[in-house]
Amino acid sequence: MTINHMNFFKPKHQKNRNISLIMGVLFFSIGIIDFYLNNYFNTNITSFLPRIINFFTPLIFGVIGLHLIRIEFSGIKILDSLNKNINTTNFNAALSVSIILLIIFGLPPLLNWLILDANFAGDTKEACTGGGACWVYIKVWFNRFMYGMYPNAEQWRVNVTFIGVLVFMAAGFFVPTKLKNYLSLYYVLILPLISFFLIFYLISGGDTEISFAFIASIIYFFLCFFIPSKKAKLYFFSFVPLLYIFLSLRLGESAYLAIPGLLWVETGAWGGLSLTFMVSFFSLIFCFPLGMMLALGRRSNLPIVKYSSLSFIEFWRGVPLITVLFMSAVMFPMFLPDGTYVDKLIRVVVAITLFEAAYTAEVIRGGLQALPRGQYDAAKSLGMGYWRMHVFVILPQALKLVIPGIANTFLALIKDTPLIFVVGLLELVGMLNLAKTNPKWLGFSMEGYVFAGIIFWIICYSMSKYSQKLELKYKTDR
Amino acid sequence: MKLKKILPQLLTLLFIVLVFGFFTMNAQENMGARGLEFGFGFLKTQASFDIQFSLIDYDGSHTYARAYLVGLLNTLLVAFIGIILATLLGAIVGVARLSPNYLIRKTASFYIEFFRNIPLLLQIFFWYFAALRALPMLEDAPMLLNSSFMTIKGLYTPAPIWTNFDVFFTTIIIAMIVIFFFAKYAKKKQEQEGKRLPVLIISLSIFIGLPLLTFLIGGVDLSWSFPVIRQMSASSYTFDGGLKIPPELIALTLALTLYTTTFIAENVRAGIQGIGKGQKEAAASIGLTQSQVLKLVIMPQALRIIIPPTTNQYLNLTKNSSLAAAIAYPDLVLVFAGTAMMQTGRAIEIVGITMATYLTISLGISLLMNWYNKRIAIQEK
Amino acid sequence: MFKYLKQLTSLVAVVAVLFAFTTESMAAKKSKTLKNTQKKGFVRCGVSQGLPGFSNADAAGNWTGLDVDVCRAVAAAVLGDANKVKFTPLSAKERFTALTSGEIDILSRNTTWTLSRDADLGVTFVGVNFYDGQGFMVRKDSGITSTSQFKNGISACTNIGTTTELNMRDFFNSKGISYEPVAFEKADEVVAAYDSGRCDTYTTDKSGLAAQRTKMTNPDDHMVLPETISKEPLGPVVRQGDAVWEDIVRWSLNVMIEAEEYGISSGNADMMKTSENPAIKRLVGTEGELGSYLGLDQDWSLRIIKQVGNYGESYKRNIADTGILPDRGPNNIWTKGGLLYTPPAR
Repeated sequence: MTINHMNFFKPKHQKNRNISLIMGVLFFSIGIIDFYLNNYFNTNITSFLPRIINFFTPLIFGVIGLHLIRIEFSGIKILDSLNKNINTTNFNAALSVSIILLIIFGLPPLLNWLILDANFAGDTKEACTGGGACWVYIKVWFNRFMYGMYPNAEQWRVNVTFIGVLVFMAAGFFVPTKLKNYLSLYYVLILPLISFFLIFYLISGGDTEISFAFIASIIYFFLCFFIPSKKAKLYFFSFVPLLYIFLSLRLGESAYLAIPGLLWVETGAWGGLSLTFMVSFFSLIFCFPLGMMLALGRRSNLPIVKYSSLSFIEFWRGVPLITVLFMSAVMFPMFLPDGTYVDKLIRVVVAITLFEAAYTAEVIRGGLQALPRGQYDAAKSLGMGYWRMHVFVILPQALKLVIPGIANTFLALIKDTPLIFVVGLLELVGMLNLAKTNPKWLGFSMEGYVFAGIIFWIICYSMSKYSQKLELKYKTDR
Repeated sequence: MKLKKILPQLLTLLFIVLVFGFFTMNAQENMGARGLEFGFGFLKTQASFDIQFSLIDYDGSHTYARAYLVGLLNTLLVAFIGIILATLLGAIVGVARLSPNYLIRKTASFYIEFFRNIPLLLQIFFWYFAALRALPMLEDAPMLLNSSFMTIKGLYTPAPIWTNFDVFFTTIIIAMIVIFFFAKYAKKKQEQEGKRLPVLIISLSIFIGLPLLTFLIGGVDLSWSFPVIRQMSASSYTFDGGLKIPPELIALTLALTLYTTTFIAENVRAGIQGIGKGQKEAAASIGLTQSQVLKLVIMPQALRIIIPPTTNQYLNLTKNSSLAAAIAYPDLVLVFAGTAMMQTGRAIEIVGITMATYLTISLGISLLMNWYNKRIAIQEK
Repeated sequence: MFKYLKQLTSLVAVVAVLFAFTTESMAAKKSKTLKNTQKKGFVRCGVSQGLPGFSNADAAGNWTGLDVDVCRAVAAAVLGDANKVKFTPLSAKERFTALTSGEIDILSRNTTWTLSRDADLGVTFVGVNFYDGQGFMVRKDSGITSTSQFKNGISACTNIGTTTELNMRDFFNSKGISYEPVAFEKADEVVAAYDSGRCDTYTTDKSGLAAQRTKMTNPDDHMVLPETISKEPLGPVVRQGDAVWEDIVRWSLNVMIEAEEYGISSGNADMMKTSENPAIKRLVGTEGELGSYLGLDQDWSLRIIKQVGNYGESYKRNIADTGILPDRGPNNIWTKGGLLYTPPAR
């Protein structure tokens, strides 16, 4: 407020106003041109001034120019909106000019490097002649960045799997209303199973065998569904594991049904962006039900359940993800019987799932807390038990509230996946690091990081925008 | 009915006991097969490896326990610097996000959207492997501020050399205590008599004056040692004297700060926006000046909204500093769960100690925040 | 009430199953690495993440190197085909855990044989396939030609958690030079840091120095200093507790060395079947039943020599001809002045 006392140029009449306007634009343009010339043509039109002032001339001219065009109620619409937005006080004017100068300083070299001087065509390092980015490097390594070390000839399998999973996910939106009740069952149970099998058979491949004992147990399991009486159903269910053990012991080791499969690709070869998606997808699918259980346990009245859930959640929230991954890579094998070997990818997914489940549990707990007590009381007054109340009344409402929180968790999950390099799995950032040390392509680390940054940015930004949209949509429901 | 309460708990207990029992049994068996004993005795053995950057005196002849301490202090150092910088920058960006100035607002939101959506590890890699590796070699480095050099091997700045530092330090502590009591006294006087003492000026003069006094009569002296270039061989140089800040620390702090700033800025914005307009209008209507409104009405309420999520971000920053293991910054994870574990092979003990350390830090900060929350909570009706 | 009883019974059933499985797997703890390998049809070999000359993969994914040849020899002996190997690249941090947890069966990753590793990690070293020592690499334009010219304040890059980190400290301490250790986990990052100028010198086993030099922007700008500051016997490692597998790997390596001692190569192995020398006859399988002691068939050693070659051929193919270390130095047969002296295969 005090700087405005220097308004000795404030015009009072129409004629003065026009002069003031023209002078203001002139000063402003001189400032911009001076800066532009300084930086890009190495000429200095104000070199007759002492050095300190010379450095600041663009800024000074710009501010004077903006000051001159700060006319209240000028009647020119553009000028008014300009003044209101960037020119309210001298301080604001100075900031605005600085930002404009910064853009002029930074944008052209950036564009030069990114697009104008960059090389797009070619196949070898020699094609990168310009001073700009060498996008040839990205082009040559593109398959590796997307699919890791997966053999080139088999990459169609990864594509088919991803399309298949997307189709199954979208199928949930097209079911007839009669089956809508089973939608949550579908998403929580059936979809993970389907995706797991798709990945197991298509991406991993390899011949597998299923023991006859296992097949018999599964058939028995499904048969049990048809028993009408609920008590008897539970009774017969409990014999499934016993049947399995009995049959496997009796039939011996050789009673297997061999299933031929595609070429086997070990999980160590999976990598790139496809691995990022796979790890995030499976971690999210599994951490969601686990988080729900933990949130319910945290809020229960039974002391043992409550405190064990609490300590579980606080433990996983208090340690960094990198130590969790270290633990899964180095410590976890010690906890398994000698000789059992759990695949690295499974260990990683389990570790990330447990880690994110704790955060998801907190998010869901927030949703559960936000529901008014009236809902609980009304459900109880209808005679609903604990589980009925939660499944039919509480959880549907609470989950709607926490969808943005879940989306945030998913975002954090995607941003955390680069850490799996500590166990030796190479997703996108890991592949980048590998590629940049290849002797034929040294010195292109910048292009690699920019490329990965762009990809992650697009994914995360679109997801955050989508979650904001979801938040708005579900807010109006209540 | 009692059974309904007991049975789930019993089941949970049984499940936990089974899982832990399974793990422990296997671990004992595996360690027995390898001839390893579970125990923390290895902490007393000699470490035999040096650490690049350490705040305390350390070399390979010290124990693993001391190496652990070095790693812990390095982690806390990064966390401390990161928290301070991220708070300052976050407050600025958060306020800028609400500025009426279109350009400033858009720049702030551009900053937030840009740095929030790129994974932290990628940012750390970028700063360390791409940006800081492009710095000049020592002999070509330009001199900044007539004393410092920013080179590929690190930032070399003048180092302060104190004599009688403890006198200076105790004086500062005494000054802070005096100011604290003076502020309380001034507040009491204002409430009782309505007289307002110039608290700020007096506190400032005490804070500056007392330590300055020690320079004159306390025998405290401060001199600077400047980095001087020395040639070690035909093509490699080094700086003697001065303070050397390794590029690993700079890259890590920079990436952590820029990343965490985005979250803190969003919290600040939510805090300031969360205050109803009615508050500002009411404050103006009882005649408070702009700065008084800010200090007495807006900041306390905004802080109530800002501080809990921001404390969460501080915690995240501390946990994210463990990513130093990806670049060669010797923090707790790299030194202890990296080098020490590889040399001794004691995975369970070492990873356990590391996780326990982080847990303690997290729980400590959470408790502090809970206490603070309770203290400032508005009593709802 | 009945409902809870049902829940309890199913719970008890599940618990019983769990225990059955654990006891079952505990009882079956007796090592079966050989049996598993034969059942799977390939040898699981842990190698480096890319060290030219020792274990390196080309663009098509084929692995070659001195360490790779050890695994291929085992595959030739056990499975009949030297190409039935699955290679798992491992970092220094996970190499031993991968071995002890069962992810791999042989660790052939230029690993130094030390007491603490042999005794304290649950692994067994089964031989030395490369005698090496630790050295330093500097830029030629630095003018340094010997480690005695190192000055205070030098910065040295190396890998974390390796013997080089410890030896480096001992060396600089003994010379009284203050230095700055910069330690990364991945060898590629160490090389990049040294190459960019972040460090003044790069230290690791001399064979590693020679190999990594080929990965730098200008290999000719760098030189390896002559001094060797430690003993680094590199060799394959297996899990502790499987004596038969230990012997198989140990003697596969020894066969390769002894074959060179007696002049048997992949080219003349068939011809050598007619030799009168009993040692040669045992190596090519016309005499003796050495294979049966290891659970293998008669031609196990012949297959190794024919499919992988003797040690000299492996060295020449991987290390000498690629220009990494043309001079064999201590890695020669004892009759020619080197250190390779194996117990006789009889």
